[in-house]
Amino acid sequence: MKNKRYMLSYFILASLVLLFLALNLCAGSVAVPLREIPGILLGREADEVFRDIIMTIRFPRALAAAILGGGLALSGYLLQTFFHNPIAGPFTLGISSGAKLVVALVMVFALGRSIHVSALLMIAAAFAGAMISMGFVLLMSRVMDNMSMLIVSGVMISYICSAVTDFIVTFADDSNIVNLHNWSKGSFSGITWENVALMAAVIFLTSFFVFLMSKPISAYQMGEAYAKNMGVNIQLFRTLLVLLSSVLSACVTAFAGPVSFVGIAVPHLVKSLLRTTKPLLMIPGCFLGGAVFCLLCDLLARVLLAPTELSISTVTAVFGAPIVILIMVRKKKEKAG
Amino acid sequence: MKPMKEFYFYTEGLTVGYHGVPLIKNIEIRLKKGEILTLIGPNGAGKTTILKSIIRQLAPIGGVTWLDGEEIEKLSGNAFSKKVSVVLTDRVRPELMTCEDVVATGRYPYTGRFGLLSGADWELVWEAMDLVHVGDLRERDFTKISDGQKQRVMLARAICQEPDIIVLDEPTSFLDIRYKLEFLSILQRMSRSRNLSVIMSLHELELAGRISDKLLCVKGDKVDRFGTPEEVFTPGYISELYGMTVGSYDEATGNLELEAVKKDPEIFVIAGNGTGTALFRKLQREGISFAAGILWENDLDCPAASALAFEVVVEKAFSPITQEKVERAKKLIDACGSVICTPDLDGAGEWAKELRELAAYAGTKGKLKAYSVLT
Repeated sequence: MKNKRYMLSYFILASLVLLFLALNLCAGSVAVPLREIPGILLGREADEVFRDIIMTIRFPRALAAAILGGGLALSGYLLQTFFHNPIAGPFTLGISSGAKLVVALVMVFALGRSIHVSALLMIAAAFAGAMISMGFVLLMSRVMDNMSMLIVSGVMISYICSAVTDFIVTFADDSNIVNLHNWSKGSFSGITWENVALMAAVIFLTSFFVFLMSKPISAYQMGEAYAKNMGVNIQLFRTLLVLLSSVLSACVTAFAGPVSFVGIAVPHLVKSLLRTTKPLLMIPGCFLGGAVFCLLCDLLARVLLAPTELSISTVTAVFGAPIVILIMVRKKKEKAG
Repeated sequence: MKPMKEFYFYTEGLTVGYHGVPLIKNIEIRLKKGEILTLIGPNGAGKTTILKSIIRQLAPIGGVTWLDGEEIEKLSGNAFSKKVSVVLTDRVRPELMTCEDVVATGRYPYTGRFGLLSGADWELVWEAMDLVHVGDLRERDFTKISDGQKQRVMLARAICQEPDIIVLDEPTSFLDIRYKLEFLSILQRMSRSRNLSVIMSLHELELAGRISDKLLCVKGDKVDRFGTPEEVFTPGYISELYGMTVGSYDEATGNLELEAVKKDPEIFVIAGNGTGTALFRKLQREGISFAAGILWENDLDCPAASALAFEVVVEKAFSPITQEKVERAKKLIDACGSVICTPDLDGAGEWAKELRELAAYAGTKGKLKAYSVLT
């Protein structure tokens, strides 16, 4: 009975990934007919223009959206588990913005001296930023046991970091600043195949580690004290959780800038779909769900006002924010009932 | 230090506290397998702190805790969790988990890398649930059951962890009287049938005195007493342990009374055989001071009378009433405005003749009032 539900859910999610992947390849300022796609992907003879559009622009971009979306959703799930808070996420806790700030600093510094910034360095910079924000949030969480206050302080950190980033971007004098500007608003554009390979390596590896941790995560859901009594090394577990979720959101930020609400909305939606919180099921579910969510949002970002492109956070916020409100209303109801 | 073979669980000079500041020093617990130890003491005395320290949630400041011949601090997390399971006061709010899922987390130390339960594991889960009478809640959402049910589900969880010791922090606090008794009965049965040791804290002294093999009395910064209920519950000890300034607790019977009315007595109650206790309490509620007599020490009415009356004329147990006591009672009757006689003296035997004499004496003075507690 339950297993049937899980199988069906995964089937739906996987189908949606494929569907939106296909749509992302077809749709755009130049429409590519669906029947051309298999030929292009398999390297058979095809229209050169179409091939070029698909293979150098749309396909890497769609893959990036899927991979980064998955990583982001997973990062959100880990943070929610860690803080026992349904609206914790890389964006609400200011982790994305911290990563953004350090990446912007590094980029402006490098661009000013015409140094090439490798993708790996970007990830490292983002990770450093994520850890700084995370450290601050952890400090705050020691002082404040009220979870909503923690989120408020996270959002404040986020604003401060964004303000500083805007400041840097505005005053950085370079022609490349347009790119930086787009990036700092959040976008999956300009992804190369090298980028895809690197992000796939980082995110898949990290996600695999997360999956291996599903047993202690399930123990942690019972609360710290009980988890300890089940034999979980809490100190180590918490450290790993912080590191893994930071790596995930840092990697996303390095390539796509800050992407809002995915980390909160997707785990919630997947939980409602699977009707379970078992990490063994939630972790793959969140990854697939994040991929679907970001593919859809990126599709909309590209085609809604084409040829003008919306920033990805604009679209994710439209879908994600109402879900966050819904979660809070539901929590309130649960408490009252 | 050499392990003490005869005890399964014991502490040596255990000092507990927070942030390096000792709260309770030199705790010496000795517990054999299958014994039940209860921690009692006033609120904030540190019962929870002691419990947290012996389940490794809190690092001890000094001393050693031994479990089955090994120091608990040296056991691996997994090895420890196979020996000790807990029921804590922490509110668990697991999302979308059935009761069965919650109980199944008890099997955690026995499962593999992904924490998947085998068929045999599930059998143990269901067996534990049946044992605490929550077998019919398997598929129910844990957050949607009553507090009493939750507490039993958490006990089932602790049981299916197959520990040698279960540690429970105030397990009966949110339970009504029926569930309190049921819960403790389950623990008692488990300790007998599975040779399981139980360490818990309780607020209900009368229950603690009934169920425990050993009691540990925590007071201020030290363990005040450690021993069997008989050794611990000496007359007047509970008032002292809890620093009671109003009301009284009778250690022998577990009888608890509110503060006595401190005025000159208005009513003399001829009581006996438990007929007077309800009246004593009614008079206390109405703020009327009374005297009572003549009661034998072993009369059912004696604990309540001693706690509530201005004066009680008491005769030694198993002895005929002496003239001296009769005189004292008559003096009190003279001082009181009215006299109420609660037992049926006409139908009573030979030894009640002094009581009949008192009633007659009150009658001649026109003070004897008819009374029924029910009116």
